[in-house]
Amino acid sequence: MQQLQLLGKNTLALISGLGRAVIVLLSAILHRPDFRKGTPLLMQQLYNVGFLSLVIIVVSGGFIGMVLALQGYTILVGYGAEASLGPMVALALLRELGPVVSALLFAGRAGSALTAEIGLMKATEQLSSLEMMAVDPLRRVIAPRFWAGFISLPLLAAIFSMVGILGAHLVGVDWLGVDSGTFWSVMQSQVDFNKDILNGIIKSVVFAFVVTWIAVYKGYDCEPTSEGISRATTSTVVQSSLLILALDFILTALMFAV
Amino acid sequence: MISNEKSANSASLVDINNLTFKRGERVIYNNISLSIPKGKITAIMGPSGIGKTTLLRLIGGQIRPESGQILFAGNDIPQLSRKELYKVRKRMSMLFQSGALFTELSVYDNIAFPIREHTKLPEAIIEKIVLMKLEAVGLRGARDLQPNELSGGMARRVALARAIALDPELILYDEPFAGQDPISMGVIVRLIRSLSDALGLTSVVVSHDVPEVMSIADYIYIIAEQKIIGQGTPEQIQQDKSPLVKQFVQGEADGPVPFHFAAPHYQNELIKNSPVLGSALNSMSSSALSNRGQI
Repeated sequence: MQQLQLLGKNTLALISGLGRAVIVLLSAILHRPDFRKGTPLLMQQLYNVGFLSLVIIVVSGGFIGMVLALQGYTILVGYGAEASLGPMVALALLRELGPVVSALLFAGRAGSALTAEIGLMKATEQLSSLEMMAVDPLRRVIAPRFWAGFISLPLLAAIFSMVGILGAHLVGVDWLGVDSGTFWSVMQSQVDFNKDILNGIIKSVVFAFVVTWIAVYKGYDCEPTSEGISRATTSTVVQSSLLILALDFILTALMFAV
Repeated sequence: MISNEKSANSASLVDINNLTFKRGERVIYNNISLSIPKGKITAIMGPSGIGKTTLLRLIGGQIRPESGQILFAGNDIPQLSRKELYKVRKRMSMLFQSGALFTELSVYDNIAFPIREHTKLPEAIIEKIVLMKLEAVGLRGARDLQPNELSGGMARRVALARAIALDPELILYDEPFAGQDPISMGVIVRLIRSLSDALGLTSVVVSHDVPEVMSIADYIYIIAEQKIIGQGTPEQIQQDKSPLVKQFVQGEADGPVPFHFAAPHYQNELIKNSPVLGSALNSMSSSALSNRGQI
């Protein structure tokens, strides 16, 4: 009986949380845009959220490409199929690893930072003081951060895949001796723009929406204390990571299974 | 006393009528009414945790009451639409306990922030206004500092300069004296008084620092147990006969607000589940036990 009660309570909390998240998002982004005030705010956040995540994305992308090439080569060379190294690496990165790994890294690097920053602004009454100054914190604080994350992640995912392919080239061609012309030309003939590149972009757009939404909502909704902020930051990373992986399965099933 | 209140009502900026506010099941305010006279400093006092800050948030429209009216210059705050509320808020400002300065902006930009948001003044004029506000709080030299370089007292003065940037009619001070050293306390007391006198501002000060409030307030409300337990000028409050008011103003540890938090009977709780101790305690005289309990 008690467990039943708990189940009901948790379900209600989940639904009302979802409702609040939708309200926060809609009231942040559904209004007439004010480009004069909004542009500098967006630029600032693009720098904070996007540019500052660039290092971790480039480094991880490079290493993942290099590992993929190394692992792929040792298997492919057994069948004498090392000419397929290029497309193997490119497809793995463009379809899966690029969008998914960059979204996971983004959740850890930028998502947690967004939640902590907004939570801290709430705890130090900066959000309240904006409200009392007749400035809507949802538009002033939440909206530019949301858009910055939404714009940044797909670009970061593209950079991730690109650096990964270059890393694979470094290992596969320059080190292990696959022919450079074969590497590029087979890749070019095997990778389809709509099926592979576009689907990868769609994935990273979906992840960008979800991760940034969770991050700004968790910060805005957190309990304004130090424990509240740390709990919100943790749950941003956990929930975005799980949602990224679950959504990736669903999207992959929709895109490639049929 | 009654005629006093009547005259205050006719010249009041904020009128709260029959306000009831609950947080969850807990009643914070039970049907209270008070009025804030125009151009005066009104203090709201009371023990911590009774929701003094909540009252300021209610006046600012950040939260809605269960029932009752909150009239600001004739506008019933809880009934206003979002747009009207934002319009009304431009006429009031609030000094938060933490100062609530924007951490990513310099002192100068913090004060310029509300002006840039709500006016289209050229930068040259904004600079003049900001410098005047900073001069008023004595921190013109700190214009290029970042908020994290300020001491607590300076941060509160910068926040005060920001609060008066748009020349509001009403300033709500949330615990302006809390956690200040004696010098910055004195500075803030002087600033609140002089701003009120020079600009004709209406001020509401929420605080539990009795001597500071007594020294600057024109009128004082004391809130406890969900209602107003005492009100009047500082002199009237000093002479108030009510034991609750007396306990608060003189800071006594025990009185109508008991020293002990509500608890089950002391002796019974000690002997509960412990038959050995129970018989030992029973053999002692009960007066000896209760004496020990006091220590």
